[in-house]
Amino acid sequence: MTKNKNGQIDHSRRAALRMIAAGGVAGLIAPNLLGKPAFAQTPPAAPTGRIIVGLSQEPTVFHPLMAHIEVDDGVNFSMFDALFRITPEGEIVPNLTTEVPSLENGGISEDGLNWRIKLRDDVRWHDGTAFSADDVKYTLELITNPDFRAWRTTGHALVRDITVVSPTELTWRMEEAFAPYLSFLTETFMVPKHILEAQADMNEGAFHQAPIGTGAFKWGRRIAGDRLELVANPDYFGEGPYIEQLVFKYIPDMTVLYTQFRSGDIDVVGQSYLTPDNYAEAKDLPDRVVTLVPKASVESIYFNLDLPQFQDLAVREALYAAIDRMAIIDALNYGVPRETETFMPTQSYFYNPDLPKHEFDLDRARQLLDDAGWVPGADGIRAKDGVRLSFKNSTTSGAHLREQAQQFIQQTYAEIGVEMLIENLPSAVMWGDFWVRSQFETAMVGITYLIGSDPDVTNRFHTKAIVAKGGSGSNNAQYSNPEVDALLEEGARTFDPEKRKDIYLQVQEIIRRDLPFMPLFANTSVYGIKKGVEGFTANANTRTESWHAAGWYWA
Amino acid sequence: MTAFLLKRVLQSLVLLVIVSIIGFAVLNLIPGGPMAQYALDPGMTQDDMDRLAEQLGLNRPIWVQYFDWAWRMLQGDWGTSFRDGNPVTTVIGRHVFATFLLMGSSTVIAVAIGTWIGIRGATHRYSIFDYAATIGAMVALSIPTFWFGLIGIYVFSLKLGWLPAGSMYTIGDGSVLNYLHHLIMPSTVLALVHIAIWSRFMRASTLDAISQEFVKTARAKGLSERRVIMKHVVGNALLPMITLAGVQLPSILTGALVTETVFTWPGMGRLFLDSLGYSDYPVVMGLLMFSAILTILGNLIADIVVALVDPRIRLA
Repeated sequence: MTKNKNGQIDHSRRAALRMIAAGGVAGLIAPNLLGKPAFAQTPPAAPTGRIIVGLSQEPTVFHPLMAHIEVDDGVNFSMFDALFRITPEGEIVPNLTTEVPSLENGGISEDGLNWRIKLRDDVRWHDGTAFSADDVKYTLELITNPDFRAWRTTGHALVRDITVVSPTELTWRMEEAFAPYLSFLTETFMVPKHILEAQADMNEGAFHQAPIGTGAFKWGRRIAGDRLELVANPDYFGEGPYIEQLVFKYIPDMTVLYTQFRSGDIDVVGQSYLTPDNYAEAKDLPDRVVTLVPKASVESIYFNLDLPQFQDLAVREALYAAIDRMAIIDALNYGVPRETETFMPTQSYFYNPDLPKHEFDLDRARQLLDDAGWVPGADGIRAKDGVRLSFKNSTTSGAHLREQAQQFIQQTYAEIGVEMLIENLPSAVMWGDFWVRSQFETAMVGITYLIGSDPDVTNRFHTKAIVAKGGSGSNNAQYSNPEVDALLEEGARTFDPEKRKDIYLQVQEIIRRDLPFMPLFANTSVYGIKKGVEGFTANANTRTESWHAAGWYWA
Repeated sequence: MTAFLLKRVLQSLVLLVIVSIIGFAVLNLIPGGPMAQYALDPGMTQDDMDRLAEQLGLNRPIWVQYFDWAWRMLQGDWGTSFRDGNPVTTVIGRHVFATFLLMGSSTVIAVAIGTWIGIRGATHRYSIFDYAATIGAMVALSIPTFWFGLIGIYVFSLKLGWLPAGSMYTIGDGSVLNYLHHLIMPSTVLALVHIAIWSRFMRASTLDAISQEFVKTARAKGLSERRVIMKHVVGNALLPMITLAGVQLPSILTGALVTETVFTWPGMGRLFLDSLGYSDYPVVMGLLMFSAILTILGNLIADIVVALVDPRIRLA
């Protein structure tokens, strides 16, 4: 394994697999933890040059608090700041603040209800106005304003009595103790009160088309359908920026994205990165640095646990054992992703490495079904009490790798007397009510479970999060286990990381046992950057490669 | 002429209403909708999505939504994009130039070359040239544009390095030459299909004209073959092509879906695809109405031009 000068790792697929087996995935991102290697070049004194990031979706929502998708995050992180940032290791560090509130420093009261935030005094908006506690208050209140088309409101809805103590200090009270809020605040970007208050409509206006932030880059211009140009903010209070211009270029086709990376038209391949089928070729390209970066999302097959055939744990165990997972990873996905047994990202502090390992074993699968009384009928399909072991599997149509995996699983299932029908739907249909209201039978889906790095998964596994049963959340499997519910409630109230770790290790253990979904693999992105781009680090705790463009520079 | 125009305008209005009702109904019948893109967002709850749907007015009955949209449309308000919060007319306006540039240049190439091939194919019927042109047209029509595009990028950008792999111009360089350099490959690729269509129509139309009595008369008068073709055949053969051009006018602005995607060209075809993908109803409806109006205008202009050029036709 060789380390090149910007701290990235060139490694073969074999080496990567060895490393995963040996020491967990932390090894893959470990070089980033060290920050800049001592022998790296130093950034230029004044911002120079331009870096072009290629994106396969177009950033279009520039008010950072409005409903948006992943690609918009890269722009937000570059133009705005939050109270805190999250490092690649998952540590929450000050951004617009001077400290991260905790029980120890008194920033959060013992009961977790009273918060005190201390702000930096040297921050200015791009128009020169000083940033202050009033802006923070305005931002947090805007999110819960019923007329504002806000993005997610979880956590924010619990905040009460925001009080500005001084321009650099404010306090608030939480309706109930909610530990994940600290992590949520790393993705809550502060907006300028003095500009937005003067704007007639909070949902549209000049700010939304050319926003003013505090971040390392200022708004340049946007060519709709083509690209967005940001320019350096020389007065930025933090590190950088070292480049004059940051360009987000929209390239709608994944093949073309790769082609333009090869031809040198783009410097950094952003969201949705290179496709696994290009990895083998891309990693040998001259003057390009191509790396595998673990993602927070997990690819899995979700059960709709409301269906009679899936209520028997033996069935779920048998179906899991009958998936040849390594073949899906190696043969279909070019060995890029990694095995996992849990929803928790492998690089997380809360990851449980001691879960039972999946083994592909058709005999065991048959045995499990035989023992549970599922016997093959006249048509060869197993049945019990009049319920046939037959179901549909759905995912986004046109997702080739998933479609291949479906066909592959369909074959091994047929060998154990289980019928899996494939019924794929266009993206907007698949992830509409069909998914949200649990109308699917089984679904092949890639899910990011965590917000920031916080291990809270109430939204995914708590009984009250089953929409199909009148709840609110994204418990699409309709999974319900009182033990898990209790643990999740306790976890959300607990601030001590050690204690929280115990709780979420247990949650993972129970969910691995109950199998509301069958983990296929932990997703891995294939990142590509041009040689000479320095200061680039990946951060699986954010949704974007451009979470820290302020630190990028040309060698 | 005034009566004719009045009648056409009335017909067009009825047509626009029908198009808008069908478009609106079909769009809203597609399950999913604008909220689907947030379904996998870790922190987005059903409450958040319901709130957004309500704020966007999506939970009202479809006919209420339609009349609301139509009433605003009548007042000249095309609505606001869900995706980027801009007025629909602004969103469309921003993409018109790119498409116009691409389709305009490829149409010029296609008409010039297609007309020539068509005439020559007709006058040299069953010659090697004619067979080659026929086979060439079939090939160009049956191979998908994206394939031509990707092969072009592979050969001319990656292997030879002569032409850029896409985009309208190099970032930081907006010179005319730079535009032209970027225009060569996409417009040629697009033109291939149009040359094929245009040359087939032109060939048929020329053959039609050649078999007319007045051509025999012209030849009998002892006119040179060149003069017969140029003066008597081509002029008449071009008449039906005016109508064809009128029908094709809207496709000039909306027809480059695939090419725009392959060459990352920021035009209206891609805007349409993206807006559909995001279920950005106001923009999709806007594009639909825009192309419906263009179709109507294209046909109207073609009818008027044909009447002006051909003294036998009178508008009534």
